[in-house]
Amino acid sequence: MSAVLADMPETAAPATTKAIAPSKGGRPWTFYVLATLFGLYVIALYGPMFCIYILSFQDIRGGLVFPMKGHSLHWFVDLFTQVRTGDVKGSFDRSIKLAVIVTIITVLVSFLAGLGFRKRFRGDTFVFYMMIGSLVAPGLVLGLGTGLLFQALGLNASWYTSALGAQLSWTLPFGVLVMFAVMSRFDHVWEEAAYDLGASRWQSIRLVMIPVLAPGLVAVALFGFTLSYDEFARSLQTAGSLNTLPLEIWSMTLNVTSPSLYALGTVTTIVSFIVIGASLGSIVLIQKKRGSQAKG
Amino acid sequence: MQPSSSSAQAPSRANLAGWLYVSPLVLVLVPFFVAPILVVLAASFFATDGFGGLTPGFTLASYIEVLHSALTLKLYLATIKFTVLTWVFTLIIGFFVAYFLVFHVRNQLLAIGLFLLCTVPFWTSNIIRMISWIPLLGKEGLINQALLAMGVIHQPLEVLLFSDLAVVIAYVHQLTIFMIVPIFNSMARIDKKLIEAAIDAGASRFDIMRLIVVPMSKSGIALGTIFVVSIVMGDFFVVKVMSGGGSASVVSAFYEDVGVLQYPTAAASAVLLTLVLVAIVALILRTVDIRQEITR
Repeated sequence: MSAVLADMPETAAPATTKAIAPSKGGRPWTFYVLATLFGLYVIALYGPMFCIYILSFQDIRGGLVFPMKGHSLHWFVDLFTQVRTGDVKGSFDRSIKLAVIVTIITVLVSFLAGLGFRKRFRGDTFVFYMMIGSLVAPGLVLGLGTGLLFQALGLNASWYTSALGAQLSWTLPFGVLVMFAVMSRFDHVWEEAAYDLGASRWQSIRLVMIPVLAPGLVAVALFGFTLSYDEFARSLQTAGSLNTLPLEIWSMTLNVTSPSLYALGTVTTIVSFIVIGASLGSIVLIQKKRGSQAKG
Repeated sequence: MQPSSSSAQAPSRANLAGWLYVSPLVLVLVPFFVAPILVVLAASFFATDGFGGLTPGFTLASYIEVLHSALTLKLYLATIKFTVLTWVFTLIIGFFVAYFLVFHVRNQLLAIGLFLLCTVPFWTSNIIRMISWIPLLGKEGLINQALLAMGVIHQPLEVLLFSDLAVVIAYVHQLTIFMIVPIFNSMARIDKKLIEAAIDAGASRFDIMRLIVVPMSKSGIALGTIFVVSIVMGDFFVVKVMSGGGSASVVSAFYEDVGVLQYPTAAASAVLLTLVLVAIVALILRTVDIRQEITR
């Protein structure tokens, strides 16, 4: 995931090479087969999601399946006003705040770790595999361990302490892996040139590395925010008494059988889409600006 | 850190700098990954009073209980069944989608655009994407409605939702992206000249696939496999909701155990699962050096 997204703008640039050999001239029959497969995959990927967005706009008679019964914003109002659907507003608020904190920490820590992993040092493999372990460990088990740890230490589990840490154990490995991909495209020569011109270490980071790596850092931020905002398994045992949004959705899937569940899905997806759009947009913008500066 | 010009001290300085850069990462992973794992490990050896109270001590009772119960075998078989089915489907779909994007889409910008189209749902809520199958697969869902209307069936199919089929569909829907991205990444690095040369030497399309594309995508396949296997084996949420409570996996049983405060048994089962997972991941890592793959 990481690698390709991060180097997306870079691959776009040298893309002037010739078209791929097997698809020169007429299309082989496999092209049509695979294009169909791809089309079906995309439909299966987005189709169900769009079904629930559409169904969330039903009126008060609405049910969980098609056909649509009228159209209104009833279930959105219901979502934020009804007590039986739980504290949606509060958990929404908490999830956004938590995601912002996680994003900031993820970007900073991943960037530093990315700098550290550029050179071999004693024990680097150990740190690397610790990170991979944190990535593949079952989230619920880690969450329980964190919860028990806080209990044993006499600390209260809450979304801004234990859940924050539990989420970082999930977002940081992704962030560092993205940084790996980003760093592998960073030419060492630029940094050397900065040093030769008398830059200090901090100046070379601030004036050379950060601007060059900016698109990659945006990608890390995107991972940090969305993975935290949607994180569920690790938060379940660590969030304490106040729910984050995915936990709220989880409890709704168990006891709410009205389209307000779908309305919540629509609302959270809109937030996700805004974040994704803003991130991808700013990556493109940075690249464009850079391109025009290079020409001018 | 003392500035030193002697070359003998250079490695230790590099070590120190490396550790300084990764120290924030380590400071998060130790309390929120290493410590929780150790807590779970410790809890698996403790005795319980049955009400959530843990008595520190050393007993293998929980392990004996877990290993002796017929349920454990059943849970592992179910988990392996889901894992294998999901792996097969995500691999086939992921491989061919990546192949299509890399080798059949001639316009690089279009390929990146289509690739992003595949990745966007990754950044949205998994839970929402899962429940979005309800209006399609349900007893009165779209698929049943369509099949009834076409006269293919005369009674709505009940196996579509809340069944093992629904569980696998939800997994494949969520996890194919974890195959597409690494495979896409390794395929994109295959030198197109190699394929041209193979064509010139008279290789058939099948030969190219068998002798060039598949071997050179191996690292991507390995990486994707690690993601898919570890996520499916660590999941409880999809199994619980999509099977309607009818099926269970190792972690969903863990979740039930935690719910009734059977911490030691839950911990013992979690430790066993982690060992199995580590063995599988280690086996995969033997075939590919992922650190080198990612940083290359």
